[in-house]
Amino acid sequence: MKIKIINIIAVCLCLLALGCSKESRDRAALAKSKSIQIKGSDTIVNLVQKWAEDFSAKDTSINIGITGGGSGTGFAALINGTCDIAMSSRSIEEAEIKQAGENKIFPVEYKVGLDGLMVIVNPKNPVGELTLAQVRDIFMGTTKNWKELGGPDKKIVMLSRESNSGTHMFFKEHVIRKGDKKNKDEFSPRALLMSSSQAIVNEVVGNPNAVGYVGIGYMSAALKAVAIAKKKGDKFISPDIDSVLSDKYPISRPLFLYASSKNNKLVNDFIEYSLSDEGQKTVRKLDFVPLRKL
Amino acid sequence: MLSRNFTDSLIEKLIFACGFAAIILVSLIFFFLLREGLGFFAQYNIKEFISGHFWYPTSKPAGFGILPLIMGSLFVTLGAAVIAVPVGVMAAFYISEVAPVAVRDILKSGIELLAAIPSVVIGFIGMVTLVPLVRVIFDIPTGLSAFSGALMLAFMAMPTIVSISEDAIRSVPGTYKEGALALGATKWQTMYRIILPAAAPGILAAVMLGIGRVIGETMAVMMITGNAAAIPDTIFDPVRTMTATIAAEMGETVKGSMHYKGLFAIGLVLFVITFIINFIADSFLNRVKK
Repeated sequence: MKIKIINIIAVCLCLLALGCSKESRDRAALAKSKSIQIKGSDTIVNLVQKWAEDFSAKDTSINIGITGGGSGTGFAALINGTCDIAMSSRSIEEAEIKQAGENKIFPVEYKVGLDGLMVIVNPKNPVGELTLAQVRDIFMGTTKNWKELGGPDKKIVMLSRESNSGTHMFFKEHVIRKGDKKNKDEFSPRALLMSSSQAIVNEVVGNPNAVGYVGIGYMSAALKAVAIAKKKGDKFISPDIDSVLSDKYPISRPLFLYASSKNNKLVNDFIEYSLSDEGQKTVRKLDFVPLRKL
Repeated sequence: MLSRNFTDSLIEKLIFACGFAAIILVSLIFFFLLREGLGFFAQYNIKEFISGHFWYPTSKPAGFGILPLIMGSLFVTLGAAVIAVPVGVMAAFYISEVAPVAVRDILKSGIELLAAIPSVVIGFIGMVTLVPLVRVIFDIPTGLSAFSGALMLAFMAMPTIVSISEDAIRSVPGTYKEGALALGATKWQTMYRIILPAAAPGILAAVMLGIGRVIGETMAVMMITGNAAAIPDTIFDPVRTMTATIAAEMGETVKGSMHYKGLFAIGLVLFVITFIINFIADSFLNRVKK
């Protein structure tokens, strides 16, 4: 009887060991094959997908796998060694660089485009112009009713992204915390955390009380983008490609690709392609803002 | 040539291994949870974890208070139980005591079909149909609320509640019923004075198992409860459950970070809760057998 139990435990341990070594095998396979794994920001997943399609059209043996999930997800994968490129709508944090270094990974940053963040409401909502301070008050939960902003007497429903989203982080740092690193303000805990930008758009389209923030690529006729002024008395600027490129629109941000190393030729080629005129035209086509006038 | 004895002992060993595999897997999972989760409490006060009001896992300094998440799970689970228990138990009575044979067969297979619907489908249907409806009917700011979640989860708990309650009702000895009817009790009197008390432990077990299913449910609640990590005032407020938090945030965390361990600590809390519920359900079921 005793021997039997020992046998079984031994088998279990073997299985466990097999499970553990899977990770290192993953990493080895990643380095060898003619494929690129890309993970990260939902904001630019469509853009990177298009680049990948055009890039691999020239050489069909190249295999590019792309998954969204949020910028934080991309960095986590980069640090854990399960992707070659992390796409991100925020810059990498000190802590993340440190964690990557501990795993012998040294990320290389490439800025590949710009994006404007628009504050969206339902077209039925009469509120169409807000100052940055008013937007901040809405998402911190200080302004609770549309009445206070000249709208109907209805409770404001704040829609935010999950905390793994680069969009969430950027909005928190630049609108809620006003770009001040020492500021510790947070989104109101009553903000609904949605799993994707599309989910925010869907809820705003269906709910006249809702307000949310998404990249300008998500603009459609069923939405209304609020014009934003930097401070009271300034001109209200609508978010579009021109106002972002000319830096007049106050909530805009860079988009990044982070490579896990400088020495992967395929990855370098891909990034070079994204920065080329052709790649930047794709940026424009997908309603993001290219790095330079084309 | 293999002797019969050898084959016999080989198969016996195989069955023994299969039997123990389940227990070993459960304990491995438990130890893994403990290992990853307990490390969290070395660095974070357990009291602050359970009773903290703010869940800001990615901020600096991070807030790991799961009280809003516990309350979220509680609101959704209790709401679902309030809806699913009366409906489920009455359905079980109808199926086992009242319905003619043909209707009974249709109902039973219908309920089994309900159990087979994947939760993501239930969540999707709820998001598209129920959420806008709830907002308009109750005139609340958003339909993404604990109520919508509870209503959809009630559908998921029903199959468990109905089928186990039905077994319990059916296992009440026929002589009880015959005795009651012979004494002149009506059908309804027999049902709620004789059969219900006799089947009560089994029905309670069914309810507990249904609740166990609801509290562990993830996908549907993530899609329709709004995921706001604030303590809800009413059932019509958006809530964030423990399961949805783990599912939504696990992908972003770096292995070994505080956030990662914190999510495992939530898993540990969840494991303890479902363990207690299953334990209670089991003890009721055992009572039925005696």
